[in-house]
Amino acid sequence: MNIWLVMLVGGLITFGIRFSLIYLFGKLHIPETMRKALHYVPPAVLSAIIFPELFLSDGTLHLAFDNYRLLAGLMAVAVAWFSKNTLVTIIAGMIALFLLQYLF
Amino acid sequence: MNEQTKNFWAGVRAEAPLLIGVFPFGMIYGALALNAGLSRTAAQLMSSMVFAGSSQFIAAQLIHDSAPGFVIVLTIAVVNLRHMLYSASLAPYVASLSTRWKTLLSYLLTDEAYAATVIHYEAEGVTPLGHWFFLGAGFSLWFTWQVSTALGIFLGTAIPASWSLDFALPLTFIAMVVPVLKNRAAIAAALSAGVVALLAYSLPYKLGLILAALVGIIVGTILEKTSDSHV
Repeated sequence: MNIWLVMLVGGLITFGIRFSLIYLFGKLHIPETMRKALHYVPPAVLSAIIFPELFLSDGTLHLAFDNYRLLAGLMAVAVAWFSKNTLVTIIAGMIALFLLQYLF
Repeated sequence: MNEQTKNFWAGVRAEAPLLIGVFPFGMIYGALALNAGLSRTAAQLMSSMVFAGSSQFIAAQLIHDSAPGFVIVLTIAVVNLRHMLYSASLAPYVASLSTRWKTLLSYLLTDEAYAATVIHYEAEGVTPLGHWFFLGAGFSLWFTWQVSTALGIFLGTAIPASWSLDFALPLTFIAMVVPVLKNRAAIAAALSAGVVALLAYSLPYKLGLILAALVGIIVGTILEKTSDSHV
């Protein structure tokens, strides 16, 4: 596995994804179902990344009050819901994690 | 200061809060990439060649695990697929620009650049120099990413794990995904993807992530169709 080739191809694909519909706007008809499906990519992909980070510790399910990342994460969800502010959410989540780790 | 520059700096200012969240994340990526066995050059260059934080993170882990090249490329593609939605969303606003501008702005189209730019376009609509705002937001993110990557590589293992700076990644994503969960279909997409991600976590090479994303997309699309048919 050539790491430079991986980065190059990965980079070209990433650029292609970002350029795709900006370039094709008006030129290509996108089927309705595909357009609808696109809307669910962000919640699906982001959740697929978030859930393991919060619920798993070293690959195993950790549903307990000593899973501080889970607690801090759930709190961050609440903060995000009410504040709709990215910076506040990140800061609140990091503070929550530090406090939980430091106090317990 | 001419109008282009004013718009540019307005974009930078709008992006500034997101830059604060991105900075620790870039540092963690730099340190992680180094620990995963990438050379300093490779680790730094991925931040401009791929220029997509979460996929760089995951790619570094996969490289460490000696995953086959095509799996790493596929994972990068899936993790970054959401950027197609950003492309679709901003396309009408940049439609009248030259191909050169479209290419440059597309290269800079990250989650964070999109977040600030779409808000601006939805509020102001298309203006003759509005793309300079986009450039300001996008370039400031790019610059911050290069610097924080470099700092992460430089500090390497000196960043204490107990600082848990890598937690900034799920937090940034939580901040981005929660506002999008406005209806049942989106919530179902998120929950189903999340649960499958947990169940399929032990699959090799992060294939569980790809599977989870597919399930979530399918669930969301089906639920939207079902609720449409009741209208």
